[in-house]
Parts: sequence; C-alpha cells; structure tokens
Amino acid sequence: MSVSAEPQTADPGSEHAGEHRDYVGAKLGMWIFVFTELILFGGLFVAYGMYRSMHAHDFHKASGELNLTLGVINTVVLLTSSLTMVLSIVAIRLQRKRQSMLFLACTMLLGAIFLVNKFFEWKAKFRHGVYPGSEHLMARPPGERLFFGLYFGMTGLHGLHVTVGVVVMSVMLALLARNRIHHSDFIKLENTGLYWHLVDIIWIFLLPLFYLAA
Amino acid sequence: MSTVVAPIAGVSTSEPNFYARKGIASWLLTTDHKRIGILYLTSMMTFFLVGMTFGVFMRLEHLSMGPTIMKPTTYNALFTLHGVMMIFLFVIPGLSAVFGNFFLPIMIGAKDVAFPRLNLLSWYLFMTGATVSLSSLFTGSGPPDTGWSFYVPYSVRTGTNVTMAVFGVFLIGFSSIITGLNFITTMHRLRTKGMNWMRMPLFPWALYATAWVQVLATPILGITLLLVMLERLFHLGIFDPSIGGDPILYQHLFWTYSHPAVYIMILPAMGAISEIIPTFAHRTIFGYRAIVLSSMGIAAIGSLVWAHHMFTSGMSEFAIVVFSLLTFLVSIPSAIKVFNWVATLYKGSVELRSPMLFALAFVFLFSIGGLTGLFQGALAVNVHVHDTYFIVGHFHYVMFGGTGFAFFAALHYWYPKMFGRMYSERTAIVAFVHIFVGFNLLYFTFLILGLQGMPRRYYDHLPRFHTGHIWATIGSWIMVAGLLLMVANLVRGLFRKTTVPANPWGGVTLEWTVPSPPPTENFAVLPVITERAYTFNPAAKEPA
Repeated sequence: MSVSAEPQTADPGSEHAGEHRDYVGAKLGMWIFVFTELILFGGLFVAYGMYRSMHAHDFHKASGELNLTLGVINTVVLLTSSLTMVLSIVAIRLQRKRQSMLFLACTMLLGAIFLVNKFFEWKAKFRHGVYPGSEHLMARPPGERLFFGLYFGMTGLHGLHVTVGVVVMSVMLALLARNRIHHSDFIKLENTGLYWHLVDIIWIFLLPLFYLAA
Repeated sequence: MSTVVAPIAGVSTSEPNFYARKGIASWLLTTDHKRIGILYLTSMMTFFLVGMTFGVFMRLEHLSMGPTIMKPTTYNALFTLHGVMMIFLFVIPGLSAVFGNFFLPIMIGAKDVAFPRLNLLSWYLFMTGATVSLSSLFTGSGPPDTGWSFYVPYSVRTGTNVTMAVFGVFLIGFSSIITGLNFITTMHRLRTKGMNWMRMPLFPWALYATAWVQVLATPILGITLLLVMLERLFHLGIFDPSIGGDPILYQHLFWTYSHPAVYIMILPAMGAISEIIPTFAHRTIFGYRAIVLSSMGIAAIGSLVWAHHMFTSGMSEFAIVVFSLLTFLVSIPSAIKVFNWVATLYKGSVELRSPMLFALAFVFLFSIGGLTGLFQGALAVNVHVHDTYFIVGHFHYVMFGGTGFAFFAALHYWYPKMFGRMYSERTAIVAFVHIFVGFNLLYFTFLILGLQGMPRRYYDHLPRFHTGHIWATIGSWIMVAGLLLMVANLVRGLFRKTTVPANPWGGVTLEWTVPSPPPTENFAVLPVITERAYTFNPAAKEPA
C-alpha cells in the first residue's frame, strides 16, 4: 500500500502552471501516509497481542523454531540501510549528486539482501512443511498454527513493503540522475526516506515479537 | 467573508471556464480538482442507479410470498451487491469526493488541492476498485453472497467470488485514504490569506473531521480485508475457527473501521446542510463554534463505539455496557447540530427552494435515524430488534435519509455553480415530494416490520408480514419514480440555453464570488478574508 514516490508537486506547464512547491505540505502528506501504514500493521499487531495472550505457551514454543541468526542479520542489514538512506539525503543537500546516488544504491542493495535472506528463511520453513494450511502445521496445536499464520502474514506484508521501497528507490535514483532531485528540491527523496524508516521500525517490532518470544 | 479585495468576478469572466479544454484525454488525465469532482459525480450517480435497481428487485421479490422472480441465492447476491455498491461506491465517498473535491479548494480560497496528481490517482483507484468488485458478479464461481460486511467464517467458506469483491473494496479504501490525506494537507497549507481556522466555512470543517476519520480508520479495513483474502487463498488461520482463529476478532476489526465509516458518510452531509440552511434562511449560522466542535467530537467519539454492532456476538457484559454508554454519548454532538440548524431557521427569512427542501428533509429524516439509533444503543431493545428490519429501516434513515438526501440537497444547491446551468425548479420539487413520500412509506414500514419481528436478509416472509411488505414495495415505486425524475431533470438542465449568474442563491461563501462555472484557476486574484464566515449582506443577491 505505498505511493510514497507519487510526485507531489505539479510540473510547470501542467494545468496549474502557477503552482508553487510546498515542502512542508509534501512532508505533512507523507507523515499522514506513514500514520496510515502504522495503523495498517496495527491491525495485525492487535491480532498478535490477542492470540499471544491466549496461547502464550504455543507462541513460546513455535518462536524457538525461527532462525534467530538470520533474523538478527536482517535487523543489522535494515538498520544499516536506514543509515545509508539518511546519508544519501545529506549528500544531495550538500550538492554531492554522485555520492547521494551511491548511498541510495547501497540502500537498495541492502533492501535486496534483506529480501534474499527472507526468501531463504521462508524456503527452509516450507521445506519442513511449515506453511499456512499445511498438513504438518494443521497437526500442531492451534496456538502454533496461529503463530506461523501471523509470522507469514506479517513478515510477508513487511517484505512487500520492502519490495515497494526498493522499487520506489530505483525511481528516485533515476530522478537523481536526471537532476529532477537536487539540493533545493529533494522532498521526494526525503519522503522516500521517511517511508524507508517506517519499514525499518516495523521490522524492529517484528524481530522481538517473532524471533525473541522463545 | 464577503469582503474581498479584488473585483474577482470582473477580472475572471474574461477567462475561459474549466470546461473549455475539450477531448477525452483532457478529462482522463486532468489534475483539476473541479474536473475530478465531475468525474466522481458521473461515476457515482451511475453506481447509485445500479445499486438502486438491485434494491428495486429485492422489493419486487417481497411483493408476494414464496420465490417469485428470483431464487434465494440470487437474493443473497443482490443484498450483498446492493450494500457494497451503495456503501462503498456511493455513500462513503459521496459528498467528500464529489463536492469536497469541487468546492473545498474554492471555499478556502485555493487554486487546487495540495496534491492534484494524487487526487487523480484516487479516482483511478476508485474506478479500478469499483470495476473489480463489480466484475465479481460475472466471474469466478458466482456473485458474493455474504452481505456487505463479509463476516467470517462464512466469507472464508463460501464458494462464491468473495476474494475479488473484497479486493475491490480494498482498492476503494485506499482511494478514500488518499482523498483524506489530500484534504487535510490542503486545509493546513492552502487556506488563503486571512482564512484562519475559525473563519473557515462549515463544509470544509466537516471535510476536515471526515478526512481524519478516513485516514485513521480506513487502514484497519484494509488489513482486515487483506486478511480475509489471505485466509481464502492461503488458510492463514487468523479468523478461521477451524484453524484456531477467532471470528469475533474479525467483527471487532471490521467495525473498528465500519462504524467510523458511518461518520465518514454523515459528517460531510452535515457540512453541506450547514451551508445550505444559512443561505436559504438568509441568516448567519447559529452556533458556528458549536458545529465545528461537534464535528470534531463526532469524529472522536464515533471512533470508540464500534462494538455496539456486536452486542449479540458474545462480548463481556462490561464491554457491552461501556460501548452502550459511548453510543449514547455520540448522540450529543449530533443533536447539537440539529438544534443549531433549527435555531438558524428561527427568525430567518426562509426561502423554500429545492435544495432547502432536501436539506429540511435531511434534518427530519436524520433525526428519525438518530433516534432509532438510540433504541439500539439501549441493550435490552438491541437484543430484541437485532437482525430485524428495524435495523434496515434505521440505517436507511441515516444513510439514505441522511447522507443521500444531503447529497441531493448539495447537488441541487451547487448544480448552477458546477455546470453554469439551471434545472427546472418545479420538476425538482415534484421529484422531491415523490422521493420524500416514497422514502417514508418504504422505510418507516421497515421500522414497524422490524418491531413485529421480520428478520433481515430473507428472500421470503411469513403471511403476517405480508401487508407491510406490500406497502414498502409501493413506497419503493414512488421513491424510484421521484429519483428517476430528479436525475432526468438534472440531466435535462445541462442542455438548457440560459446561463446562471455567479450567485443565484445569495450565498456568502467564496464559491459564490467566482463565475459559474468557475475558471480553471478558480480565482484571478486570491481573495483576502477579513470577516468570519456567513456574514450576510442583503444586497449580495444578484437578479436571477
């Protein structure tokens, strides 16, 4: 559910030629969008909280099966990508276009690494017969089924957000290359950054809820 | 509000109006908020007429007992699609997407909304969502038969095409979020000089309160519907009791959005009424500040009452009592508005033109809707009337008698501004009388049938309900005749030759200072506001 890259100021020459660029307005709009994303995930967090309080023991047990090492690696990867994202914005404000593009590319790469890790993690689970609706899972207690249902649902939705983020960043990279984002008009890049930090912070909550619940 | 520095009308009449650019592409790729408003209006009136047709068929089925013109499964599909279309494609987005888009920027003295392209995107999402949910009728294994609320576990088990309908609604919800986000930013950033918050007209204020509910509540619907889809496709188990999930959680999440959605429907309607009543009473609105605060109060308290839809679903006694109390509380700000509208009429010189008739009908019908709502907030009565026609009657009084009538009031009120033409006033009044009489015959009968015990969502009825059903069906004919006459009158008005002046009603908000229809840029020179809203000057009315 992301349109963070949606151009938020009209081009000169469109129907509203006299339009001014509104930095504060664009940022306000993005913050409201970030709120809606938080609430979107909020529904899932509510479900998690409710089922965990109902099936504390099952959640504890199922959580032990997740690969904590991969989870921690992914956390480090994502946190680092937030750093490179910020550096990219700082660089363009200092008129260092090449540096900004380089940092943005790093962020995309780290996002991709996160997704690859996630892929292998899911693949391993699938190989053990742990996926929603599997016979193996249906033979286990309801709490464990719910844990994995939530795990795949929440990390899946988060992964989708990471993917969207990477796609948006590739658009930003192109805009940087064409000087459509520059030191006096970088709100698109900054809003992409806001979105990326949101993706990051949601992961920071997912890690303890799933990997550290054991 | 009437004080404007530049002689705007004089300057901008030389400019072409916003219809000047021709061609399909100039409409489909437009970022002009007025054109997007017109796009929404045309699509929504179409959906309304389709939804109305579904309703007529349901009434016809009830004209006589036993299966007559349709099978039970067809009836189930009809009430589902009637609900989905009317609620998600007409009532929820109605006033804010059509009149909000068209008039919000003009009323606060701006040239457009804050994000014009996002605005166009929201229309495309709306249309895509509408297309997807409608195509669920014709594709897959049969039209969805769950009712518009998609309750689990049935919505997960049924073989019909629920996934697609749900996905369509998901997209429409996204479109609603974007509109809300856009309006909030617009009102924070683009109010013209001197237009401080307490000088803003009440329709923008209502849109502001609505936008916050849209932004904060709709994502809950998004995630809930997404989970229903995942449940159907991958058996995630969050809502499916056979896997371990809890259907009550679904109901909570669904109503956490869908009750605030009732306020998304009614708040802009109240805003439009707060514009129309002072204009036709030729008198400043009574209790401006109270109306503003009650809008925000409704938005806030209205977000905390969702579980009153679930009194019989199995919640703790304590939770039920708390939600009952909150439900009673939310009626206070609504009642404040009604008192203020009535007080505005007092000692005003009331002019009963067609928009005003619709507006007064709104106050009357919405009051019935609100009071029957209080019946259901009372726990003992709620259990008795749960899932009966009383509920159906109640929410039609609120949604149709409330939002629907306000939509038509706003349409008749702003029609000359939007199109620069005028409909036939006499025909409009004839149509209004039919709609009003038919409406009450149809839905008041529903209230009585409900108290007698007629359950909702049944394609058939027992002999003792038969007389009531016949009256209701006759009411539906009168109402539909009125609605068709109204639409025909409005369409015919477009082809009339005579143009209308900038201010045919003697309104004092900013939209009446620009030509009809407005120029592309709205204002040649942005107005500067020096007075509070609704300061009436008797000399302002131009000869019609």
